[in-house]
Amino acid sequence: MTKVIKIALATSLLVSGLAANDVIKGSGASFPYSVYQKWTKAYNKDTGIKVDYISKGSSKGIKDAKARQVDFAGTDKPLSPKVLKKNGLYQFPGVVGAITMGYNLPHVKNLKLSRAAIVSIANGSVKYWDDSVIANANKGVKLPHKKLTFVHRADGSGTTFNFTYYLSKVSKKWRHTYGAKKSLNWPGNHHIGGNKNTGVASLIKQTPFAVGYIDYADAQKNGIVMATLENRAGNYIKPELKAFQAAAAKANLNPKKDFYSVIADPKGANSYPIVAATFILVPKENLAMDKKVTAFYDWSYKNGQEIAKSLGFVPLPESLINKIRGYWKEKGIN
Amino acid sequence: MEKLFQKISFSSATLVLILLLGIFTTLFISAKPAIAEFGLEFITDKRWNQEVSLPQTKTPAQVATPAQNLEDDDAIADEDDMILDEDDEDDSMTKTVFGGLVPIVGTLLSTLIALVFAMPIAMGIAVFLAEIASKNISKYVGIAIELLAAIPSIIFGMWGLYYFAPIISDTFGGYQVSLLTAGLVLGVMILPFMAAVTRDSMNTTPDVLKESAYALGATKFEVVKDVIFPFSKVGIIGSIILALGRALGETMAVAFLIGAVYSLPETITDPTISIPVAMAVNFGEASGLGESSLFYLGLILFILSFAVISFAKFYFLKRTKV
Repeated sequence: MTKVIKIALATSLLVSGLAANDVIKGSGASFPYSVYQKWTKAYNKDTGIKVDYISKGSSKGIKDAKARQVDFAGTDKPLSPKVLKKNGLYQFPGVVGAITMGYNLPHVKNLKLSRAAIVSIANGSVKYWDDSVIANANKGVKLPHKKLTFVHRADGSGTTFNFTYYLSKVSKKWRHTYGAKKSLNWPGNHHIGGNKNTGVASLIKQTPFAVGYIDYADAQKNGIVMATLENRAGNYIKPELKAFQAAAAKANLNPKKDFYSVIADPKGANSYPIVAATFILVPKENLAMDKKVTAFYDWSYKNGQEIAKSLGFVPLPESLINKIRGYWKEKGIN
Repeated sequence: MEKLFQKISFSSATLVLILLLGIFTTLFISAKPAIAEFGLEFITDKRWNQEVSLPQTKTPAQVATPAQNLEDDDAIADEDDMILDEDDEDDSMTKTVFGGLVPIVGTLLSTLIALVFAMPIAMGIAVFLAEIASKNISKYVGIAIELLAAIPSIIFGMWGLYYFAPIISDTFGGYQVSLLTAGLVLGVMILPFMAAVTRDSMNTTPDVLKESAYALGATKFEVVKDVIFPFSKVGIIGSIILALGRALGETMAVAFLIGAVYSLPETITDPTISIPVAMAVNFGEASGLGESSLFYLGLILFILSFAVISFAKFYFLKRTKV
């Protein structure tokens, strides 16, 4: 029975594969989906080549790439050179995004959150808004003595992975207790989960005295007030494009290690702390198709910057793009 | 011709059985790793996706790795073990425990709230439509109720999140997304099923019975209570079973409203999670034991709804036949 179904599926796939020969197929991370989608549209308009990117989540993207079911896959979690080698994959960064702390505090306009405060909010050790860990950074602001509600993603997501990765970098304790994960059993009993970005955004907006992590693009779209965050150098940085770019420029993405690095909490006086790069995986053996994929990304780095900016993402800095081109050349997929 | 007809109808009927068995088997096979790992304790374990350290000899070596790199904050080596945690699960000294108690309790409680909320209202609607309202009103209200049943569940989810949740938290306090919010919206969702089926079965009460009751001097209330309800009992129970089935498995709307927090609710306004929601929100990023645990949850839901519905069916329907 299963054999019959499998054959039927295989033939249908074959037929669709033959019919759509010049389509580049990709799947994976949902975090950069909005950018990739616009890029593919613009690329199709410009060159006539069709690129399909299906947002399935990073884990499924990695699985698809390993099983060679797609021509490229997106992942928020970079794979180590060892794992890449084992599975015969190449890896390079696609786009950089930022995660913000959105909050809902009546009459408080410019909330500042220190590194310790963000960790305390996430692990539930701070119960009220006027707790000293928050109040210390907000001299002169009257914080209410109200219970704090922490809003997080209910579903597994790259946003959660990047946020918890940041927490792990800031707090050793967090790292050893919870670590960086795409879905987490959040500690404490002060938190609620929103389904997808929409759910988180509306819960932050509707729940008085709530705070939660949400990517910059969605926070902006939904008119959510974003906190100013303390970076590694101890400066308080507003979430805005130039701070994200400063952070991306400091990112230590090394082509020798297949760009294997999570860029959260970068150095630099003006860097915004919670930034995340999202990556592309391509199979090693399929050079002809890889060239098509890299051509698409090359085009996007060149022409897609404005699109990325408009969606709240950060265009890759020129120096990094050159590194990526070098990497392609070295692997013979440019 | 006669034989062919018989065969076709026979195979249609067996197809359902085969499908049911097939789904059960695939669920079971996919859930097997989790069943082997956690056994039946899964049902009573309230930890979900929690790391528990294992008492192993490997421990000192593992602890030493991060300590070495304490100063070297930027080094990839420092991050290595962390990022890889999920990839190489065998090397880690911890093991992740999955337990299904919270989603199971959440499913049962939200369904219970929905039933308690929807049942009296549905009965009221049905009695009104079948007995009290004039033909015209009954027709239009009836159509409205059937339309309510046709609304996709995602719309209930969005409506519940944007408009209903703030009202609930203003009235009852507590969080916006909670057991109560999810249960009430579920109640609204199953309401039309209950009301429509109950109305239809009430309409089948023979007029002779009703008229003879009126002739004996019974009031409208007494007729409804003593003639119509006993007569349409089977249909009413059937409608409840139908609604129960939908409430147990409802996913999309509840995913937005229940809060998706893996802890047992202490009060009715606490957020928690249900089985279908746990499956829906975690499936995209699940792998290994986590994925298999989700299948295990699915298997439990399968058995749970099967048990509840067959219990209701055999217990109630048998009694009414006597």
